Amino acid sequence: MNIYRDESNPLFQYVVGLGDDALILGHRWSEWLSKGPNLELDIAASNLALDLIGQANLLLEYAAEVEGAGRSADDLAYLRDTQDFRCHWLCEQPNEDWGVTIARMLMFSTYQYLRYSALMQSTDRQLAEIAAKALKEVTYHRRFAAEWTVRLAQGTDEGHRRVQNGFNILWRFVPELFETSGGERTLANDGIAVASDSLEADWRETMDEVMTKAGVSAPETSGRVMASRHNGHHSEHLGHLLCEMQFLQRAYPKASGATW
Amino acid sequence: MYTTDLRTAEEKAAAEKAGLKLAENPESIAELEEIFQARIDADEYIEPKDWMPDGYRKTLTRQISQHAHSEIIGMFPEGNWVTRAPTLMRKLILIAKIQDEAGHGLYLYSAAETLGTSRAEMVDQLLSGKAKFSTIFNYPTMNWADIGTVGWLVDGAAITNQIPLCRCSYGPYARAMVRVCKEESFHQRQGYEALLAMAKGTDAQRKMIQDAFDRMFWPSLMMFGPPDSDSMHLSQNTIWKIKRFSNDELRQRFVDATIPQAQHLGITIPEGIVFNEETGHWDFPDLDWDEFWAVVKGDGVCSSNRMDARRKAVDDGAWVREAATAYAEKQAQKSSAA
Repeated sequence: MNIYRDESNPLFQYVVGLGDDALILGHRWSEWLSKGPNLELDIAASNLALDLIGQANLLLEYAAEVEGAGRSADDLAYLRDTQDFRCHWLCEQPNEDWGVTIARMLMFSTYQYLRYSALMQSTDRQLAEIAAKALKEVTYHRRFAAEWTVRLAQGTDEGHRRVQNGFNILWRFVPELFETSGGERTLANDGIAVASDSLEADWRETMDEVMTKAGVSAPETSGRVMASRHNGHHSEHLGHLLCEMQFLQRAYPKASGATW
Repeated sequence: MYTTDLRTAEEKAAAEKAGLKLAENPESIAELEEIFQARIDADEYIEPKDWMPDGYRKTLTRQISQHAHSEIIGMFPEGNWVTRAPTLMRKLILIAKIQDEAGHGLYLYSAAETLGTSRAEMVDQLLSGKAKFSTIFNYPTMNWADIGTVGWLVDGAAITNQIPLCRCSYGPYARAMVRVCKEESFHQRQGYEALLAMAKGTDAQRKMIQDAFDRMFWPSLMMFGPPDSDSMHLSQNTIWKIKRFSNDELRQRFVDATIPQAQHLGITIPEGIVFNEETGHWDFPDLDWDEFWAVVKGDGVCSSNRMDARRKAVDDGAWVREAATAYAEKQAQKSSAA
């Protein structure tokens, strides 16, 4: 039995999933602030964080509206526990070094690019509008990540080793990107959502193109995660991330009158 | 923007004449200094290619690079809270603010480079401990109110210091300051607004505001530097119009603006700060200059943490910069071979 699986409101689950991906990945980028490899990349990291958290804000606001339970975007971000988050495992993995961070960004921004491109055709107007705005941003993110993948891997041996290491660590999270829940399938049939499995062929083609140019490869055996975000399953990392991110809202509850 | 020459034709001609004079007659440095000072007295901007006394160049390089270092080190106390910001909006505001500081650092380094010292050299001076940065960033940010307070007091003090610098005699620095001040004013309002929001909340939140004020108010007054009586750079910098107001004047201006704002937040004003009906200013006690000099010398609560964090970022990123440089060289070779 999957007690955290909730199919009562598939649109809410779907939009929360989009929002959580942007939020958690944006948070990971914000961890780079003041620690970047140089000033220019520090500024780039904050741009990426701003774009992604901005997307999360729009998406979670919309999710809250779809839910209709009186919750706000902040309530969703700051007052849910791990098992109610619907982000992909790839997004919540630690930054490690700039090589892992860039490999992850290439993988996920390529995914977001395809997902938002398709979502622009959604019959849900609000979703289509958010997707159109976000697509402009992730188009740049993908270019940034692709350029840095090639630059690092083709620059020095160490650069190559570190980027390859990123793909080695992260590749086992790829199958989850294309897992399509029943609710998502129904929404996709109605022209509202994008079925994740429909993105796989294009994703693999684009990744292959960049990785060939960079001279890196997908690990031969990478396995897969035997758990699903749709059931509220996550890596141990997400709990720690939330402890930090949600600290103030938890320690000084708004129910007791705290305002931020 | 820093190398844009904004001089009129007459100004350019005058500068050229000065340069030619030097070429024809190298002994005329005294005369050049006279022309230089006359330009400053006439409120002209000095531009990178203009002749300038060595002392002027040196002082400005020190001041601008120190300012740039402060922007970069200043990212740490704020970065300390970016992953714990309490709402999505506050998180976005804080990320954007830290990004602005990095941007300020970048264009201040660029402004300083116009004086002939490279960014790499300046960064080396920071990392070796030779160059200083603002003492305020050696203090910790302990609670969320500290983030609002940094915006309100620290950026507030910085603006008070920097608005006159928009009219400083060195063109690239003055122009950089125009933009920096605009952004800092925004940060100050956002910081104050964050505190206003907390003040409307719970007693625990108001306690955080008081605590943040108590810890940061005095160090923010020290940001204006030592009292006029023992400042080493004052008089020559004033003649060169690098500095237009004294440390004590600016400090008083800041105190006068800040105390009513603190009262509006419900902060209990420290003893010894009283309004002087006669002068129309807020009187305040002497600052603890022993603390200031101890912090300057590296004994601040977070001094070693800040430097360790900066060195770690530089060390951890070395392979990235090396790979990028190597890649750029390979690309250049490829295109020259093609």
